[in-house]
Amino acid sequence: MEIDILEGVFDANEKIARENEALFKEKRVLAMNLMASPGAGKTSLISATLERLQDNLRIGVIEGDIASNVDAEKLKTYDIQIVQINTGGACHLDANMIRQALEHMDLDAMDLLVIENVGNLVCPAEFKLGEGLRAMILSVAEGHDKPLKYPLMFSDSQVLVVNKTDLIGMGDFDMDELHETVEKMNPEITIFDLSCRTGDGLDAWTDWLYEKVKSSTK
Amino acid sequence: MHEMAVTESIAAIALKHGQQNNAQSIRKVNIKLGELTGIVDHYVEFYWDMVTKGTIAEGAELHFIKTPTVAYCNKCKDEFGVEEYDLTCPKCKEADTELISGREFLVESIEIE
Repeated sequence: MEIDILEGVFDANEKIARENEALFKEKRVLAMNLMASPGAGKTSLISATLERLQDNLRIGVIEGDIASNVDAEKLKTYDIQIVQINTGGACHLDANMIRQALEHMDLDAMDLLVIENVGNLVCPAEFKLGEGLRAMILSVAEGHDKPLKYPLMFSDSQVLVVNKTDLIGMGDFDMDELHETVEKMNPEITIFDLSCRTGDGLDAWTDWLYEKVKSSTK
Repeated sequence: MHEMAVTESIAAIALKHGQQNNAQSIRKVNIKLGELTGIVDHYVEFYWDMVTKGTIAEGAELHFIKTPTVAYCNKCKDEFGVEEYDLTCPKCKEADTELISGREFLVESIEIE
């Protein structure tokens, strides 16, 4: 006997993601899911963003890692709410992990929640967390051909930060080709080229993010 | 890369519906899988035996129905097959397009005894 089901494999996760999303809306918090490969500069971008926005916005951070709390330690110098999640082997964060982390955070005292996903260009793209903003980083060192190899994250993100622009010229990275490829895959995407190391381009990113927080938490 | 987690989800869905229908065993699971999801069916099969061991789904065949990546151009009012993830319409060369297929990942049906 054949039984029709038509149930999505990610439905259970997406149900919790919708509940998280509703909570963020109610508390007027913009949650940003920040995805990238290991070493692309997620923690550096968060530090640089905190430096520039911490006086104007109340920012919280959820640090997702397979193991360790190295990244959370790096951010301890900032006076912010921070929760570390260890996925215990899982290659991505899921909506339920975020729900549990939120039990340890005061959303009434927050405007922007940055969720640093596990370093990985594939899996995090499949698991919605309830975020209002899907952001990703690609670093110059990884090469301009990555969008075609890891299409889902590039086609699903609303903003792409291209980090380590100070390394341009040291290899064969082609910025124009990268922009062209990504814009074909995802015509709506906003792209920022910057260097967390030198600070080049960071103000344009934080100005944009600040406006995004203000307009979505009104 | 997260085939283990999705295999567990597939098993949970199949077992839930199998039990609801008083199945003695689940013989086959039909899964619709979009090209763009990046899920490797071979790995799902690899984990399947491990995940379903000792359940009514043990030994069930997994059947994958692959769906291609297709987009719709709002200007030309026509569909086109997406190659190399390029969402630009091949006719009008504009990008006022929407993905209509390629991201599906669902348990379509199960065959039980």
